[in-house]
Amino acid sequence: MAVTVKLPTQLRDAAGGAVSASVDGATVGEALDALYAAHGELRERLADGDGGLRRFVNVYLKGEDIRFLDGLDTPVADGDEVTILPAVAGG
Amino acid sequence: MPADALKCKECQTTYPLEARFVCERCFGPLEVSYALPDSDPVELKRRIQAGPHTLWRYADFLPLAGAPRGALPTGWTPLVKADRLAERLGLRELYIKNETANPTHSFKDRVVSVALARALELGFDTLACASTGNLANAVAAHAAAAGLPAYVLIPHDLEEQKILATGAYGAHIVAVRGNYDDVNRLCTEVSGERPGWAFVNINMRPYYAEGSKTLAFETVEQLGWELPDRVVGPIASGSQFTKIARGFEEFIAAGLVAGDVPVMNGAQALGCSPVAAAFEAGHDVVRPVKPNTIAKSLAIGNPADGPYAIELARRTGGSIDSVDDDEIRAGIRLLAETTGIFTETAGGVTIATLAKLAERGDIGRDERVVAMVTGDGLKTIDAVRDTFEVTEIPASYDAFETEFGAVAA
Repeated sequence: MAVTVKLPTQLRDAAGGAVSASVDGATVGEALDALYAAHGELRERLADGDGGLRRFVNVYLKGEDIRFLDGLDTPVADGDEVTILPAVAGG
Repeated sequence: MPADALKCKECQTTYPLEARFVCERCFGPLEVSYALPDSDPVELKRRIQAGPHTLWRYADFLPLAGAPRGALPTGWTPLVKADRLAERLGLRELYIKNETANPTHSFKDRVVSVALARALELGFDTLACASTGNLANAVAAHAAAAGLPAYVLIPHDLEEQKILATGAYGAHIVAVRGNYDDVNRLCTEVSGERPGWAFVNINMRPYYAEGSKTLAFETVEQLGWELPDRVVGPIASGSQFTKIARGFEEFIAAGLVAGDVPVMNGAQALGCSPVAAAFEAGHDVVRPVKPNTIAKSLAIGNPADGPYAIELARRTGGSIDSVDDDEIRAGIRLLAETTGIFTETAGGVTIATLAKLAERGDIGRDERVVAMVTGDGLKTIDAVRDTFEVTEIPASYDAFETEFGAVAA
């Protein structure tokens, strides 16, 4: 499955300035692994040591927080859009 | 105490005092760090007391080059001794920090004041925010006073009063079809692409959050330079709750007051209580929820400062509780009929939680308690609709006597 991963401004330097990346994977987690394979520095910034995400990293599939879906195991379809954003305390 | 850097709360990486809010190494939130206090406490206290009757009297503790001129006067709100409410709850000494007395009737004027002042120092030309309503009011008003255009993004189903009170200032109102967390996500994306825009609670967030410390500063000063034993306050994102404690810590560190940080009790609405749920479950992993509560100003389902709020409540021997919508309405009524202060639903959450703590016996007989009432009831007027009766009569004395006459002699 080819999905587009949109990168926040804070990560673009580590991805050669790219605004987004096109990667392959059957789940959100696989898509992120493919992203890390292409841009190694992103793994260190986004992933915790146990195969999860750092606690202030939010990942959305088509606008929905993946924690409301199946997390990193959420399946993705061809053409889906995955967005990575920093968590921001709002209010 | 000059501000000297932005520091990541997770990995301690430091950055210059610019418009950035997230650590590039680990995505942790950045907050302002200060050099150790360098003033003699007596001199510092004198300087504060000689300052204006606004939050700028605490400029020494805020991350700005200097206090701005001509800003909408904010803060120095009344700390009301609530003896009748204390008696009803079986407490000895209770105060209400009445934030309805701010220019747009909520504590959000504090955070916007600081964010706007820093935005002007950094050269931004537009003020913006993601809001559950009160922040929209404050951004619209303070931007108008400063002559800047304002863009406020809100959930589409917000209370009408809050929308009207924002539009009155000429702000651009963007109603997003989604909940607050959707709005926040959209604003986080937009803020990365609009370099001239100061999103007060996104790219200006480290400065914005500092404004909430002034709630603690004022409380100490208004108590005659003493600390309360316990503070009860609302939790939405958890930012205000944690910054109130930081304010107490900074005054203690500066030698302005002696003692410990008060016991911190957080209050959430049951229909959006991810932080209370994590506290009760005994861990710090805050699972996001889809909010469903009348307390819309607290309806943040994905509260980024939740872990820090939980840590604070545990560290001070406090708690984070939740109350349902009926308890919230009862809290609004209880405060109004015992103090004359009409609060919005968020204040109802706080007062209902205070009542719950009192009933549970968590509050000692000798404690001095402060409750943070952060917003005005006129903004959530539907919460009191149909909670009382109006007696309609013809314009005749006899009709009045029939309804309200003294018992016949």
